Amino acid sequence: MPRYSFQLNGEKVTVDVERGVRLLWVLRDVLGVTGPKYGCGINVCKACTSHLNGKAFNPCAVPVEKIRPSDKVTTIEGLADTVPGDDLHPMQEAWLEHDVAQCGYCQPGQIMTAVALVKRVQREGRAITDADLDAIRNVCRCGTYTRIREAVRTGERLMRR
Amino acid sequence: MPIPLDPALPAPAPTRRTFLGYVIGGAGLLVAADLGLGGSPASAAVVLPSVPQIPEAYDLNDFLTQCALPTSNLVAVRIDREGDAHFALPRMEVGQGITTSTAMILAEELDLPLDRVHVTLAPARPELLFNQLTGGSNTTISTYTPIRVAAAVARQSLLEAAAILLGAQVTGLTTKGGTILDSLGSSVTYGQAAQKVDTSRTREVKVTLDESRERTVVGTPQRRIDALDAVTGRKTFAMDLKVRNALPTMVCRAPALNGKPVKVRNAAKVRKMPGVTHVGVVPTGVAVRARTFGQCIDAVRALDVQWSEGTVPGKKADDVARELKAAELPLAVPALGATTVEGSFTFHFRSGSALEPNCAVADVRQGSARIWSGLKSPIDAQSKIAKLLGLPQSKVEVNVVTGGGSFGRKLFSDGAIEAAQISKAFGVPVKLMWHRADEPRQGRVHPMATSRIRATVVGDTVATFEQRHTSVSCDFTHGLGERITAEVASLPSGLGNLGFSETVFLLTQELPYNFGVVTQLLNESNYDQSRFNTSSVRNIYSPDVRVANELVVDQLAARFRTDPVEFRRTFTKSGVVRRVLDRAAELGEWGRTLPKGVAQGIAIHKEYKGATAVVVELDCRPATVNRKVRDAVTGPRVLRATVVVDCGLAINPLGIEAQMMGGFSDGMSQVLTYSNHLVDGHFLEASWDNSAYTRQWNTPLEFRCEVMESESTEPGGIGEAGVAASAAAVACAYARATGTMPTEFPVNFRQPLHFTPKSFVPPVPASPTNGLTFVS
Ligand code: FES
Ligand code: FES
Repeated sequence: MPRYSFQLNGEKVTVDVERGVRLLWVLRDVLGVTGPKYGCGINVCKACTSHLNGKAFNPCAVPVEKIRPSDKVTTIEGLADTVPGDDLHPMQEAWLEHDVAQCGYCQPGQIMTAVALVKRVQREGRAITDADLDAIRNVCRCGTYTRIREAVRTGERLMRR
Repeated sequence: MPIPLDPALPAPAPTRRTFLGYVIGGAGLLVAADLGLGGSPASAAVVLPSVPQIPEAYDLNDFLTQCALPTSNLVAVRIDREGDAHFALPRMEVGQGITTSTAMILAEELDLPLDRVHVTLAPARPELLFNQLTGGSNTTISTYTPIRVAAAVARQSLLEAAAILLGAQVTGLTTKGGTILDSLGSSVTYGQAAQKVDTSRTREVKVTLDESRERTVVGTPQRRIDALDAVTGRKTFAMDLKVRNALPTMVCRAPALNGKPVKVRNAAKVRKMPGVTHVGVVPTGVAVRARTFGQCIDAVRALDVQWSEGTVPGKKADDVARELKAAELPLAVPALGATTVEGSFTFHFRSGSALEPNCAVADVRQGSARIWSGLKSPIDAQSKIAKLLGLPQSKVEVNVVTGGGSFGRKLFSDGAIEAAQISKAFGVPVKLMWHRADEPRQGRVHPMATSRIRATVVGDTVATFEQRHTSVSCDFTHGLGERITAEVASLPSGLGNLGFSETVFLLTQELPYNFGVVTQLLNESNYDQSRFNTSSVRNIYSPDVRVANELVVDQLAARFRTDPVEFRRTFTKSGVVRRVLDRAAELGEWGRTLPKGVAQGIAIHKEYKGATAVVVELDCRPATVNRKVRDAVTGPRVLRATVVVDCGLAINPLGIEAQMMGGFSDGMSQVLTYSNHLVDGHFLEASWDNSAYTRQWNTPLEFRCEVMESESTEPGGIGEAGVAASAAAVACAYARATGTMPTEFPVNFRQPLHFTPKSFVPPVPASPTNGLTFVS
């Protein structure tokens, strides 16, 4: 069976898995990392959103062989470790402050999307707009959308510190 | 003429009430109370006034609470050696916040910090019979008093033990955050006292609940107790459980709605695919088990199966609409030209699916079985699975896992039952997950319905208001059925002879207006529930009924040349409604000037022992309606939404606001965008980009919710209370913004499909490979 290596949440991992298996299942079913959720499997709902080298991506749509050994994959479990100190990531703090989660199923994906969005607009040297928020595709069937918008803005502020 | 308000409002509750609870003999401090306590359902002594509708005096929640009474049993609170409290809630948490509000109630009564109260979900407890069902927004209504009594018993016995330890009188002791103090300043912790409580035998303890005591936790905004787990990815759902050898399992389903497998032509070949361990036929399709879900998807796509034709071969939405029309009950009052105001409305099927699809872990062995799933009626699941496996109920362990949303969907245990069947057939543990495509296509839907209304205006009054609601049969067979037969005799007169759907309809629908002779009747188009897979999706009849009502109310207001808010104020017969209406109009700045094409809408709803009023501003200008977002349904946009709710005693205002926000999202999407298209015997939608549920691009730019201080001392229901008025307000705003009263919902139903339907054979789409091109 083929063997693949990559960096997962700051550590090198190696898995034996058939070619073609999408990364989401490698994470969840083989490595037991269950923070990224399944909501559609076709890159639509964004529940599985994680980071590849610091940018948002959807592992349900990436075959494992497309990930290189040097690639850094970060799931919600590893998000807090991407910032200095032992605390949560500022975006997670913002989520707690606004008590965003209801059932919580979509929230790992929402937070990972939000962090990548803030980083993107910061790279572009601007602040988040309503249009940026409107373009977030993550589904929340519990309808926490308004609190998500508020939390993203708070998280943006906290990430500037 | 002064209008009497709330004729059936109960007398104010006494401020001190005495209850009996128990200290359970054995190791450790375990206290208990009867789950049937309180809840104060209208008893046989309540005389139903002839004019008011039934729900004013006795509603679905009274019925659910009353059903729980004769079979109720004990709920127990355990105090551990550290003095922390533990409680297993016989209900399911699906995001509605009941573990948090329950912990708050316990923290209040015990005088313990919130983080020292640990609430978990109880597994199936057959002795509770009916009393372990999470539905009808009834959890807090039915468990509030029993949980408080149990906590009060615990506190009382801790005080008694502390009195011995401190050599003081119980009456001279006070508690503070988990510590007991005497007048001299000596203290013992709850943990120390708990170890001294006499538990040599089970004994009764009398406690008094004092309503006049100032509350420090209940009524304050509290964040969810599971929030940290949710934001760190630690919150665990059924799909995340690590049960030994329970490998990923999926089912290949028929192209037609409820089609069944006849023959598998290539099972041996599929069994040899990478990762696949098992392939086999089950009643609902062809199951595959593999090392990863990705490999299950590949196997499902590779299967070559002959299928039966399904339960609605060739049917489309318009055929069902015709059936509904034919089943509609006649109106009593003839149409009388200028004095009649009428409306006829159609509400299409919509999926009840949560974001977490159906999933369950099952480990069926010789002579026993273990199940894990998000279940709202775990006892029903247990008895059905036991029957199916030919096991005694006691040999089936059913564990309730927090659910990723429910919306009424998880009242049924489809996933758990299917998983048990597959585990039995394969002889190994399985972790079953439905593919997203299976959810809208084969999963439970809100039944399609029509509503016809005729009102008669005589002089300056509305003399009659008739509504005929006709629905595809709704499945209520999730463990309520057997109780119904037992309970009908004790229902208020006139309800005994109805079927269950009619009972629910009559117990929930209340038109809170003085409109003379009011009749609201339900009929179902067919009495076989197996054609469509339905369930009482969040707030079953109310959103549709209220949309129809409030649109006609606006027509009546126009006929009277009266402002919609003023008209509702004048005709409402409920003081609670009038309060929320006035407040919503004020906060939502009713009547302010808006650009052409943007309009306000207002609606009210009374249910769940409370009332809701919603004001929205809807933008229907072409530039907004036609705005482009990739692969998205845009359309009219709510610019601003204001929700005001009186839900009785508010346990956790922050949680209530969250439920109103979610309810708004549901109600708005049902009116504007969210439906299932029935074409040629199956539903077309198969993904979140097909089913146009609310997304960020539809979300109101401003949302505000106010939880009003209530005159009621008992908590009401909140999980569903936000949906109906939200839906109706959006519909009313749409009518005013466009100048035409909408009659079909969602309003975009007849527009050309915004997507290309995914294949039916294979039944699930291929997993994409191009994810790296969208990295951002
Ligand atoms: S599961 Fe990956 S986007 Fe939906
Ligand atoms: S919190 Fe339940 S789906 Fe978003």
